[in-house]
Amino acid sequence: MNLIAIYTLWKRQLIRYSRSRSRIIGSLGQPILFLVALGFGFGPIFAKAGQGNYIQFLAPGVIAMSILFTAVFAGIEVIWDRQFGFLKETMVAPVSRFEIMIGRTLGGATVAVLQGVLVFIITLFIGFRPSHLYLLPVTFAFMFLIALLFTALGTAIASVLEDMTGFQLIMNFLVMPIFFLSGALFPPSGLPTALDVIVKIDPLAYGVDGLRGSLGQAIHFGFGTDFLVLGVIVLIFIAAGSWLFSRIQV
Amino acid sequence: MSILRQMRFCSSITFMENIIEIKNLTKKYGDFTAVNDISFHVKKGEVFAFLGPNGAGKTTTIKMLTTLLSPTSGSIKMDGADTLRNQNKVRATFGIVFQDPSLDDELTAYENMDMHGMLYKMPTKERKERIKMLLEFVELWDRKDSLVKQFSGGMKRRLEIARGFMHKPKILFLDEPTVGLDPQTRNHIWSYLKKLNQEEGLTVFLTTHHMEEADRVSDRIAIIDHGKIITEGSAAELKKRTNTTSLEEAFLALTGKEVRPEEASTADTLRSQRRMWRR
Repeated sequence: MNLIAIYTLWKRQLIRYSRSRSRIIGSLGQPILFLVALGFGFGPIFAKAGQGNYIQFLAPGVIAMSILFTAVFAGIEVIWDRQFGFLKETMVAPVSRFEIMIGRTLGGATVAVLQGVLVFIITLFIGFRPSHLYLLPVTFAFMFLIALLFTALGTAIASVLEDMTGFQLIMNFLVMPIFFLSGALFPPSGLPTALDVIVKIDPLAYGVDGLRGSLGQAIHFGFGTDFLVLGVIVLIFIAAGSWLFSRIQV
Repeated sequence: MSILRQMRFCSSITFMENIIEIKNLTKKYGDFTAVNDISFHVKKGEVFAFLGPNGAGKTTTIKMLTTLLSPTSGSIKMDGADTLRNQNKVRATFGIVFQDPSLDDELTAYENMDMHGMLYKMPTKERKERIKMLLEFVELWDRKDSLVKQFSGGMKRRLEIARGFMHKPKILFLDEPTVGLDPQTRNHIWSYLKKLNQEEGLTVFLTTHHMEEADRVSDRIAIIDHGKIITEGSAAELKKRTNTTSLEEAFLALTGKEVRPEEASTADTLRSQRRMWRR
């Protein structure tokens, strides 16, 4: 394994992220809107239904959302690199395709976790209070798993897409459903059977559940299940992503 | 000029071994044969021009040589290593300047060079020295911390050429290298290439549509058309064989005057945004 190459490609993603200030700030808009509009808007009803403080419930979901979006987008960036030719430069270098894919994925995932941390800090200002600080490392572990999973998914998708015209389709028919059906906005218990099944096959549901549990909310599936499901799916997506990435022709 | 040629001739006698050996190379896309059973070699220390009309199989051949594409059949050896079995070794031996841009626009000139050096496992100190030397050579040192997206087309080209040299390759592929360069820069870069060619035995594999340039710089020329090598030899030999006075005329005599249909490259299709899914 060529660790220098992986590090180089990881670092590249971070440099690019640090240069895109407008993108960083721009992508904080949506989570803030969700927290304020939904958090405060549905708060009273949520409380009346006997479920407690909605902001406390919603914050982990919104953190997961920002990681999901940033990660998928970081993966999809492969399309831009193809378009602007940079992908060729990495592919003629003495580095295997697998190493390129791992470096990019780790870089994209790190960026997504950073974005998640920024949103986490914002939730604290809005009134979110995590209850078990000693569980923060577990929170970070879940953040990283979510980030890895969806960066790998983004890379896999980008490897079979010709250009960005398909991006809307991916957003509306894959990423948005993954978010809305993950239980990020509603408690995943007592659901109609069909929805319950869908939530159970949505990988983000396990990420949201893990974040929620480690930040002091009631856990639905349990830490063990969350870790196991996410871990296995991460491995599957990285394998699928590497395979599809290795078949890209430039 | 003739002294230069003689010097090169002498140096090529001492390095007679073949640095690129291509045997029965074929690439098929379904029914279409892009490259049809070609065999040729490039000697170490040679400036080799690979010419042909659009769609003749040039780009496909270069992609196979540079490990971007695997052949349907046949074999390629670069500096003794097989492009299929020993990919990374092959990749370390060559540098390439692509026809289309391949820089990261969001990084600075320095970062682009540095990243290249790291991907080729160059030690930090050597990287620093080499970046300074090369960026000074292409007159971009004072712009080293500017983002590449702020560069003009010519500056990007110079940076790509500098990057191609970064890891001290034994073979340098130049795919239409001087498009967009003014005569001053072109001349500057060619005199450096020749210096490296003579002093370090750098092998240059060049494609160009610029026949005058090919005539001036190359030791040997191969012309490919319809996926077949139709002729090989020095510029003088080709002219003699076709009874013409310039390489351009020789080229036209060999490949005909008909204008070739051209297929859009991936980059073109990406730019025109027509298809969405691959295949």
